[in-house]
Amino acid sequence: MISSLFYNIKQAFVQIFRNRGMSAASIFSILAMLLILGLVFIIVVNINLFTEIVKQDYDQVEVFIVDGTSEQQVQEVKAQIEAQPGVTSVEYRSQEDALKIMKERWGESGYLLDSLGDNPLPASLMISVESLDDAGSVASFAGKFDIIEDVQYYKDTVDKLTRITHFLQIAGMIIMAFLVIVSVVVVSNTIKLTVMARADEIHIMKYVGANNWFIRGPFMVEGIIIGLIASLIAGGAIALIYKQIVAAVGDQVFAIVSSPLISVQYMTVNLLIIFVALGCSIGAWGSIVSMRRYLKA
Amino acid sequence: MIKFDHVTKLYRPGVGLDDVNVNIDKGEFVFLVGPSGAGKSTFIKLMLKDLDPDTGDIIVGDYHVNKLSNRMVPKYRRKIGTVFQDFKLLPKKTAYENVAFAMEVLHKPGSLIRKQVPQILSLVGISDKADKYPHELAGGEQQRVAIARALVNNPQVLIADEPTGNLDPATAWGIMDLLDQINMRGTTVLMVTHAKDIVNRMDKRIIAIDRGRVIHDSKQAYEGPMGGDEE
Repeated sequence: MISSLFYNIKQAFVQIFRNRGMSAASIFSILAMLLILGLVFIIVVNINLFTEIVKQDYDQVEVFIVDGTSEQQVQEVKAQIEAQPGVTSVEYRSQEDALKIMKERWGESGYLLDSLGDNPLPASLMISVESLDDAGSVASFAGKFDIIEDVQYYKDTVDKLTRITHFLQIAGMIIMAFLVIVSVVVVSNTIKLTVMARADEIHIMKYVGANNWFIRGPFMVEGIIIGLIASLIAGGAIALIYKQIVAAVGDQVFAIVSSPLISVQYMTVNLLIIFVALGCSIGAWGSIVSMRRYLKA
Repeated sequence: MIKFDHVTKLYRPGVGLDDVNVNIDKGEFVFLVGPSGAGKSTFIKLMLKDLDPDTGDIIVGDYHVNKLSNRMVPKYRRKIGTVFQDFKLLPKKTAYENVAFAMEVLHKPGSLIRKQVPQILSLVGISDKADKYPHELAGGEQQRVAIARALVNNPQVLIADEPTGNLDPATAWGIMDLLDQINMRGTTVLMVTHAKDIVNRMDKRIIAIDRGRVIHDSKQAYEGPMGGDEE
């Protein structure tokens, strides 16, 4: 068993080298498909991360309190809201807090706010909810109190974002499935050439009574090695590409959407695992497809 | 040993085999003759289970061939040695390696391979050419290697599909002597051929097929159509 495995691996390398032109073509086609797949994956995963972060940021409902409401009234309302199902916490934000937060947000221009005489910002309650689905009911409950003048939450925005993410995920999967099929066809055609070149050998193996898996063995190993080589190259290439992307636009992306890009290391490790699994299965599958005709009986 | 019982496999009327009954005993030497397209290849393909019959039963040894599952086919084929007109040797392997290959494929232990391959090479008379590659061997020698390969796993039946078709007459007779010897050691031999002189001088059972039907089955010389070189 072990010896036949080594025999197969050795034979496969010999065959790959002998048909180096076609082997290179197969490797390139798997490589190209893995790279495209990798880029799709990078986009989808980053958008997923972005959506998750946005969801966390926005799983809050902010209700604004009418000016001049007494501290006691606010505490009563706060307590009632806290008792609502789905509410995880309620934080009181005084007018002063609101101004401070705004100053921080304005950064260097924050001094402009110093010239304001009266603080125009309302005090508010920041209600954190377990999930965005609870936001609607919590908002309408809070809105009924006299001391609440306005309610703000972002369910619509987040819903829209979620839909876009779903769409991208599905589109990504369709693209990936399509690419996988194309690669299998290309690889099976390549291996078909080496199968044809060795038709006599297959013929002989069949007639001396080798079983089909024994005959497929070397070709499958060949396909798997081709897939493995392609996936390792693709892994290295995508790591470099992604490193460049993060270095070039990572900071801007963070500034615009306040969500970081996924780390190069995490992305590389995961993509490499996916690439190797996919590359090897495409190689093996392609070789099985290419041999079907020869192993019918 | 080999039994075709009302076997029909027709591609279209007159092409293939049409209700063929043949019974070959263990240890027999049988020629299968007939013009091109008469059904000889169909007969061999049915025996090797490259094809399945439309109707009828094929029994070879302990195997009910037309009822074999795909999984059992390799095991069945190990009981049959096959020799082809074009030898089908692997060009990148030496004579020894070509024969050993047939055993490696069946996961035979190395010690057995090293013992049996030289024996069989000596039986077919090419021990001194064991390290030669096929292109270094004459046609007759290549066919001897192919016969050694077919025999090395001790098949019960040897099918020779026009084994002398590519050989000059003198060499062909050498191969016929070898096949006769193998037959005398107990292996059933079924040989497909066009060579009328060989068939009629060997004094063996002759089965002639024409348009899918058995038209002659005896040791008597056969004078009907045979196709091949003389046509």
